[in-house]
Amino acid sequence: MSLDTAVTGSALGSNRLDVEAIRKDFPILERRLADDRPLVYLDSANTSQKPRQVLDTLRNHYERHNANVARAVHQLGEEATAAFEAARDTLAAFVKAPSRDEIIFTRGVTEGLNLVANVLAWADPPYGVGPGDEVVITEMEHHSNIVPWQLLTQRTGATLRWFGITDEGRLDLSNLDDLITERTKVVSLVHVSNMLGTINPVAEIARRAHEVGALVVLDAAQAVPQLPYDVTATGADLIGFTGHKMLGPTGIGVLWGRRDLLAALPPFHGGGEMIEDVRMERSTYAPPPHRFEAGTPPIAQAIGLGAAADYLSALGMQAVAAHEREITAYALERLQAVPGVKIIGPQTIQDRGGAISFTFGSLHPHDIGQVLDSYGIAVRGGHHCAKPVHRRFGVGASTRASGYLYTTTAEIDALADGLEQVRRFFGVG
Amino acid sequence: MQLESMYQEIILDHYRDPHGRGLREPFEGESHQVNPTCGDEVTVRVHLDDGVVQDVSYEGLGCSISQASQSVMHDLVVGKPVPAALAVGDDFLFLIQSKGDQAVADSLEESLEDAVAFVGVGRYPARVKCALLGWMALKDALGQVRIVQTGGHHE
Ligand SMILES: Cc1ncc(COP(=O)(O)O)c(C=O)c1O
Repeated sequence: MSLDTAVTGSALGSNRLDVEAIRKDFPILERRLADDRPLVYLDSANTSQKPRQVLDTLRNHYERHNANVARAVHQLGEEATAAFEAARDTLAAFVKAPSRDEIIFTRGVTEGLNLVANVLAWADPPYGVGPGDEVVITEMEHHSNIVPWQLLTQRTGATLRWFGITDEGRLDLSNLDDLITERTKVVSLVHVSNMLGTINPVAEIARRAHEVGALVVLDAAQAVPQLPYDVTATGADLIGFTGHKMLGPTGIGVLWGRRDLLAALPPFHGGGEMIEDVRMERSTYAPPPHRFEAGTPPIAQAIGLGAAADYLSALGMQAVAAHEREITAYALERLQAVPGVKIIGPQTIQDRGGAISFTFGSLHPHDIGQVLDSYGIAVRGGHHCAKPVHRRFGVGASTRASGYLYTTTAEIDALADGLEQVRRFFGVG
Repeated sequence: MQLESMYQEIILDHYRDPHGRGLREPFEGESHQVNPTCGDEVTVRVHLDDGVVQDVSYEGLGCSISQASQSVMHDLVVGKPVPAALAVGDDFLFLIQSKGDQAVADSLEESLEDAVAFVGVGRYPARVKCALLGWMALKDALGQVRIVQTGGHHE
């Protein structure tokens, strides 16, 4: 699903976000920083801010309904369980999952990807990964979609392969048929890059992967917050995303998986709630999703994530995506006009998400970020947990600006002006 | 503005015009250090003669704080016997860990000279590692020389 298809709906134009009204829902955006500077938060790809509606939901849960789930017969336990399971329904609807049982609550996309990489080491045929098998990833992955697959392939004797990246910042698919072969068991890739911003043609890759019988795993950490999402339209088998980047709390994420596939996979962690029966010799396991949710889950966080999804749905994800696109287009234009700024990744809004990473002359991202911070402007500087893609473009680190539904063009102007201050401060650039 | 308390003019001067930068021969000890949070890296080489540091050469990727700190390190350490070089390193570490305490800086002025300008960095926890990366490499490189020269520690 490209952003293009995401905004061709009838909602475009007629359903614009009222950003000023939205900003009033985010108490932190009123923060004054050192020297009484207003906060200009351009680090939403790292973590988003949270609206009052989510914060109130968390508080209300702890103040009125707090209890463990699925094990209490008392009223609070029933209320907490009902709210927790309702959040599962909300998330299922949010990403158009065919069944609520396909929504596994995790600690975040990192745990979701590790879950998949681990259970595939233990799974029976046809899913199990073993010696001679191949796992294919890409050079633009976040470390959380690289390291778990390195661990899996190193431990099982399988081989890790990857797609390279073009100079423009797109996946180089010229060797698609050489990389995805009969030996391929898993293809795991990022849907929207957190560093380059690229939106990858996941359906096309999934088609090829399924031709050879491989599973397709998506890291949708930057996609679900920004795009109207339909898990089945992606063509993938398993998709992970993370709550804190979509207005939700930290410590909660979702792994979606095709129901028949989840039913065929072994458990990840063992513990409470994931069992059917436990004897001293052996245990049997609950069906999905509970098979993959051992122990007391992040209850308040799941309920809070449900509130975040409700908030986004009320605005309309078409409108959220359209705003993201507008802000990103504006930011690309403003940044390209700053002498010395070089954007790494697609230069236009075509098939592009909202993260914009750039270099600025010879200045180091730490120094850029520090001076911007003194003006209240929060950006990310470093490798953004994506060292291989930085290496690919010959830099050790970059500065990244990323907005969200509360971001204004005035904030982008502040960034562009801030960069001029950076240049002045260091007297180089 | 707060910023100037970290980026003192001496630091910016060293950043724009680093002293002793580049890797040189001969050297008896070499260390490569990486800051995993930001990916910055540095390689430091030391050349000793008769227990005295004759040269400290270095090359790396990093921000102004790390570049300037390596430049200052070069100035401070070259010409010193190894124990004195290590002692300066300890003083620098103490300065950076003082959380920006000007009294600490004043008390170390004789040992650290220009490097006391780094005192403000200690107030920015995210930048402490930047200031220390080169010094960690120096300590490691000097340690290697000692192991080689005493013939110990080979497995
Ligand atoms: C593309 C991508 N994948 C994975 C992650 C990891 O997310 P988390 O740390 O919430 O598990 C992030 C965010 O940092 C990301 O942007």
